[in-house]
Amino acid sequence: MTINQIQDAIIEEFGCFNRWMDKYEYLIDLGKKLPIIEPQYKTEQHLIRGCQSQVWLRAELRNGAVTFTADSDALITKGIIALLVRVLDAQQPMDIAHTELYFIDAIGLQAHLSPTRSNGLLSMVNTLKSIGEKFSKAH
Amino acid sequence: MKPPTTSPTLDVAAIRRQFPILAREVNGNRLVYLDNGATAQKPQPVIDAMAHYYRELNANIHRGVHHLSQQATHAYEQARETVRAYIHAEQAAEVLFTSGTTAGINLVATCWGRKHLKPGDEIILSTMEHHSNIVPWQLICQQQQSRLKILPITHAGELRLDAFQELLSERTRLVAIAHVSNTLGSVNPVARVIELAHAQGALVLLDGAQAMPHMRVDVQALGVDFYAFSGHKMFAPTGVGVLYGKAALLNDMPPYQGGGEMIERVTFDKTTFAELPHKFEAGTPNIVGGIGLGAAIAWFAQFDAEAVTAHEQDLLAYATAQLSALPRVTILGTAPHKVCVISFLLADAHPFDVGTILDQQGVAVRTGHHCTQPLMDFYNISGTVRASFAIYNHRAEVDALVAAVARAANMLA
Ligand SMILES: Cc1ncc(COP(=O)(O)O)c(C=O)c1O
Repeated sequence: MTINQIQDAIIEEFGCFNRWMDKYEYLIDLGKKLPIIEPQYKTEQHLIRGCQSQVWLRAELRNGAVTFTADSDALITKGIIALLVRVLDAQQPMDIAHTELYFIDAIGLQAHLSPTRSNGLLSMVNTLKSIGEKFSKAH
Repeated sequence: MKPPTTSPTLDVAAIRRQFPILAREVNGNRLVYLDNGATAQKPQPVIDAMAHYYRELNANIHRGVHHLSQQATHAYEQARETVRAYIHAEQAAEVLFTSGTTAGINLVATCWGRKHLKPGDEIILSTMEHHSNIVPWQLICQQQQSRLKILPITHAGELRLDAFQELLSERTRLVAIAHVSNTLGSVNPVARVIELAHAQGALVLLDGAQAMPHMRVDVQALGVDFYAFSGHKMFAPTGVGVLYGKAALLNDMPPYQGGGEMIERVTFDKTTFAELPHKFEAGTPNIVGGIGLGAAIAWFAQFDAEAVTAHEQDLLAYATAQLSALPRVTILGTAPHKVCVISFLLADAHPFDVGTILDQQGVAVRTGHHCTQPLMDFYNISGTVRASFAIYNHRAEVDALVAAVARAANMLA
């Protein structure tokens, strides 16, 4: 699936949640299930420091596609990371570099990616995009 | 005939009506604003005073011969006098307008520190200080090769006065302590701190950022040397604050920033400086901010101080009991003498998750380290959830907080 097909699928799924609680319970659940980044990569090098919650991000180029794993110490942040992994994992570097992540807005989580939220997510997305850029040039 | 001695009580409903923002909704719920430690909301008289200034008085102050400039100057200096009277400073010249607590502490660290700190001299701070009362001292100590000494606290969040007496020595030049802790709510025994420090010949700076919104402070009765606070935490606008300093100390300090307003006479060979307070107020000040601060203090001072304390202590006792009754809630900061600030943890849930779920329910709290990372290290945690109350909060909002926390507990379990 393309990045936008996955984004559209997520928007449709979230359309079923009428109450904020359902949405957040789902995110918390996703956060709990997110495969955790292997401990040896949970290092300073992979850390994206937010003021409150921390994010770890590890990206590799495998067979021309970017695979990445990420983690956070806060569950809701982890839930959103799980969505981002679903959208961007195994995609082409060029596509990642140029993607517009409209699903975040559409499912009402934009506050989590605004510069006022000090959870490291915005930096994570920016880092991911610049990794996409870097890999597509190296290609 | 003597009037009946009933202790005055606050009409909290009437007070709430003076704060337009309290009527708004957040995420579909009536706003429950419990982030007063970060900044307080502004009552209508403050908003009006600021609008009035821009509508009727706006002009640059101190320099103009024209009518508007004189009126604006009068309003600004009137505000300084309001502050002076409220904190009971001896002279208005001892009341310096700053941009806030941070600016006031930096001013003292820089101007007093550069002149008086020598290699080997010591400054005492406590474990519970806000970064604003740590970093300026670190910077000046590096420059002057002086040292910081840390006054430890108890697990409950009280200064260890026994250890203080051991730390104090002839090398101690200054003690910089929070009057009230922003993270724990502890009200520190500042009178005793000042007494002990002065007996050793050390000066005392109090960080009054969190005390001023809750209590009357009399700088002369305390005998404090410097007292810094922010307007925005006490119902005034952002970008204005006060540094009180004893005139003799301020006169003895070199100026902070150079510029207009702070000079007496400038030539390229030599500049002489203006008298206090202008020596420390270079450039066009935050005129509307000063006027807003005057209005905020006039507004707050109309309430009986004991009635304010009684109301806030009732909220503290009620909120502490209700939150403690929830399973898996741990309160940090259990000093017997506190203002209504409650830091807590919900089992091992990340404070960010708790704060996010409270926000969905319209409850505004603060999460994180609250700019007190050394204090977080002391408790070996990364942050807390902090509910901080003000005069306009009421018990129904405690109930809303407790219900929201209970729901967060369910969701995050
Ligand atoms: C105890 C304490 N000191 C200093 C400050 C800094 O105040 P400001 O940011 O207004 O300068 C704060 C504000 O958070 C505080 O709570």
